[in-house]
Amino acid sequence: MTAPVTTSTGPSRELIAFRIGDQEFCVDIMQVREIRGWTTATPLPRTPAYMKGVINLRGAVLPIVDLGARLGLTTAEPSARHVIMVVNQGHRTLGLLVEAVSDIINVTEDMVQPTPDVACDQVKTFVKGLFAIEGRMVSLISLDRVLPEIEAEAA
Amino acid sequence: MDPFESIKQTFFQECDELLTDAEQGLLAMESGEADDETINAVFRAVHSVKGGAGAFGLEDLIRFAHVFETVMDEIRSGKMELTDEVAKTLLRAFDVLADHVAAARDGGKVEEGRSQGAYGELRGLIGGEEEDDDAMGGGDEDFGFVPLTLSIEGEDAPGGFIDLDAQNAEAGVELPAPDQAPQDELASWTVEFSPKSEMYAKANEAGLVLRELARLGETRVTLIDETLPPLDQLSAEQAYVSWRIQLFTDSDEASIREVFEFVEDDCNLIITRDGAEPSVAAPTDDGLSDDDRAAADSANADLDIAALLARVGGGDAPAEAAPEIVAEAPPEAPAEDVAALIARAQSVAPPPAAKAPTPAPTPPPVAAAAPAAAAAPAAAAANAAPAAAASVTIRVDLDRVDRLINAVGELVIQQAMLSQRVLESGLARSSNVALGLEDLELLTREIQDSVMAIRAQPVKSVFQRMPRLAREVADMTGKRVKLVMEGEGTEVDKTVIERLADPITHMLRNAIDHGLEDPEGRAEAGKPAEGVVRLRALHRGGRIVIELQDDGRGINRPRVRGIAVARGLITEDQVLSDEEIDNLIFLPGFSTAEVISDISGRGVGMDVVRRSIQGLGGRISISSEPGKGSKFTMSLPLTLAVLDGMVVTAAEQTLVAPLSAIVESLTPRTEDVHYIGGKDAVIRIRDTFVPLIDVGVALGFRETAIDPASGVAVLVESEGGGKAALLVEAIQGQRQVVIKSLEANYQQIDGVAAATILGDGRVALILDVDALVTTQRRKPAARPSEKRMAS
Repeated sequence: MTAPVTTSTGPSRELIAFRIGDQEFCVDIMQVREIRGWTTATPLPRTPAYMKGVINLRGAVLPIVDLGARLGLTTAEPSARHVIMVVNQGHRTLGLLVEAVSDIINVTEDMVQPTPDVACDQVKTFVKGLFAIEGRMVSLISLDRVLPEIEAEAA
Repeated sequence: MDPFESIKQTFFQECDELLTDAEQGLLAMESGEADDETINAVFRAVHSVKGGAGAFGLEDLIRFAHVFETVMDEIRSGKMELTDEVAKTLLRAFDVLADHVAAARDGGKVEEGRSQGAYGELRGLIGGEEEDDDAMGGGDEDFGFVPLTLSIEGEDAPGGFIDLDAQNAEAGVELPAPDQAPQDELASWTVEFSPKSEMYAKANEAGLVLRELARLGETRVTLIDETLPPLDQLSAEQAYVSWRIQLFTDSDEASIREVFEFVEDDCNLIITRDGAEPSVAAPTDDGLSDDDRAAADSANADLDIAALLARVGGGDAPAEAAPEIVAEAPPEAPAEDVAALIARAQSVAPPPAAKAPTPAPTPPPVAAAAPAAAAAPAAAAANAAPAAAASVTIRVDLDRVDRLINAVGELVIQQAMLSQRVLESGLARSSNVALGLEDLELLTREIQDSVMAIRAQPVKSVFQRMPRLAREVADMTGKRVKLVMEGEGTEVDKTVIERLADPITHMLRNAIDHGLEDPEGRAEAGKPAEGVVRLRALHRGGRIVIELQDDGRGINRPRVRGIAVARGLITEDQVLSDEEIDNLIFLPGFSTAEVISDISGRGVGMDVVRRSIQGLGGRISISSEPGKGSKFTMSLPLTLAVLDGMVVTAAEQTLVAPLSAIVESLTPRTEDVHYIGGKDAVIRIRDTFVPLIDVGVALGFRETAIDPASGVAVLVESEGGGKAALLVEAIQGQRQVVIKSLEANYQQIDGVAAATILGDGRVALILDVDALVTTQRRKPAARPSEKRMAS
């Protein structure tokens, strides 16, 4: 585990870092409800490929998003090594399928670097900022648009 | 929460109940079924609303409620005739009153024009009663300044009620006027009326009470100000003065008492018939506290009844019976109703002797004497006294009920899981464990049914909003409508009820706006000018069915067809049955109103209704007869929590089909399966051909259908008419499943109604049979509008 890096000013926050492929990402620890092992999901019809389906989380139906596929990286072939991060997003709860949780990092706001202007739409949509932690690059993920957009209700 | 806020909330809750009562009363008045008690009940309800509003200083509401109350009072005292016109005006004004309450609650403002219009109409009704109007300051002055009519000769007292000097003077002037002796045949009563501070705190005005009293006959009012302290010791919150009123009237004591109905708990009241014993002995110097005395006052009234009942019961009734009853009727329980009291008295006393007088004449005094601290429940209880005796209820936070329901849902899953495990373990069905599990299953079911019954509510709460809507829409469209409602007592789960309001509202608007003809059109068609819309709820086959029927022009099929073709919903040469044409109006983007009206236009149509019904696991259909009217039928599950389903396997997935949609299941024979065109399969079942839908393909789980002969076909019938056979690999069995929403954490998926958790702990999807069938049926048309989910 990394020692907290709290040399700079600003309010500090804790983030959970996780790995997909050879990249590292993180989300705010307050958004994460629990981390659990992979269980087979029930596939949903007519959903994008990154929707792995739904699982039973103590009586609630939890949609699972393959975050790697969602970010346009690799499509995971889930195995027992994979973990599901159960996160809160708005009033919903959803599961993110990732390869492994790697770290808890302590950062301050001023350590966030803006996302460089790269072409990829998916990066722009999901990556809110970058951190440099011990020479590694960690991308801060925004969960707002991880689920497929709700079709506009004709009302 | 701020205690004041919470009281206010209670007030608004009460208001809702009061308004409901009032509306029912008004509707009865409109249909000419109202008796005096109904009119009184409406009056009391409006009065209670006004009283409560006074406590919270809701000026607009008070002002409006007051004029409303005045009209009601005119009617109940027989000064105004209850004509059809009056009843209609009252109903319109009632809507505005309800708006005022809503505005006061939500902090909004009632549309000035409407409020003024209704106010003016009401004022118009009482036009003849100028004295009242003037006395009320033309309605525009501050309501707190209430003039008091003390005069014998009908001239108005100029002073306000707080103006003690003026009142003194006035009273002084009046007193030495003995030469104006009233007619001899009128009985003379002396009423001593000593308000307590609580009375004023509840926004009651002594002046209004006195004025009310003056309506019974001639009054001579004397102000008793002996207890009035010097000015420097005067507390603004206290009540110091009382009145002695000499009243010449032909009314009986009950009528006099009724005047004080709303303030009875908060004042000391002595009513004596001159030359007779005091009928209510309320010694004021016996060392009792004010509250005790108030209790004694109201208890005394009860005591009279009790004594009477005891007499009815025979001379040998135990002497303690009466006090016992009184002890059981604390002043805090104003809703203690006559029926219960009589029932209890009879259970204490021996059975009534045949020669004894019947207790029938007793209710009015009791109703009048019922402590009126919370006048609302009292009024309601007195109103409903004979019917609704003692139904004991408790109020429970819905959250707690939901928690219980969730827990029971889990119990059902767990029980199913356990059963499955036991079965897998190879235990014999006759083993003790298996038998015990069977009992457990029964018990679980019973618990579940009981728990669901807790949340069940009559659909009345939705239905009761509809008369108003019907009136408004009728007014806007210039049509005449009579809304007949049946089966308001039909119970259904609260969660279903909440979501019923929108579809019913929409359908009702549609029925009046599009369904009914205008009066001229109806005359041409030889129908009565007033259209009838029937709203009905009933239980049928474990579901609730809601029907909305109008006697209007029915669906214009050629036009509907034309529009559907024009919008590309169907092709020109498509052959459709009448029923299918009728159901076209449910297609998205279909709206037959040529003029987009304010009421039901807005570009949304019946497809929205259908979608919200389907979202509830329900179905909607229409049947129509040109010239005779149309009937919409929606059928909904009684609860959104559980469902009887058939568990099937398709494309290696375990799926659940709602049992309610399933007609039968069969093994297809190859020779019965035919193909139309490329891949669209139909299956011959007896003599009809129905589409054969491979569920795996329909849900997009696989590309090509399985060989029909290797699977099982489940014949389903959708509410929109139309049957289809769903082809699956295998049927696993029937099971009650707990419905879990997909939308809570995800979103609606076409073809999937909801999800559930099976015995093995995995999620299974519940099929939306209707969507599967209809998607299949209108495949060619649906394609252009098909949307890909954003990725």
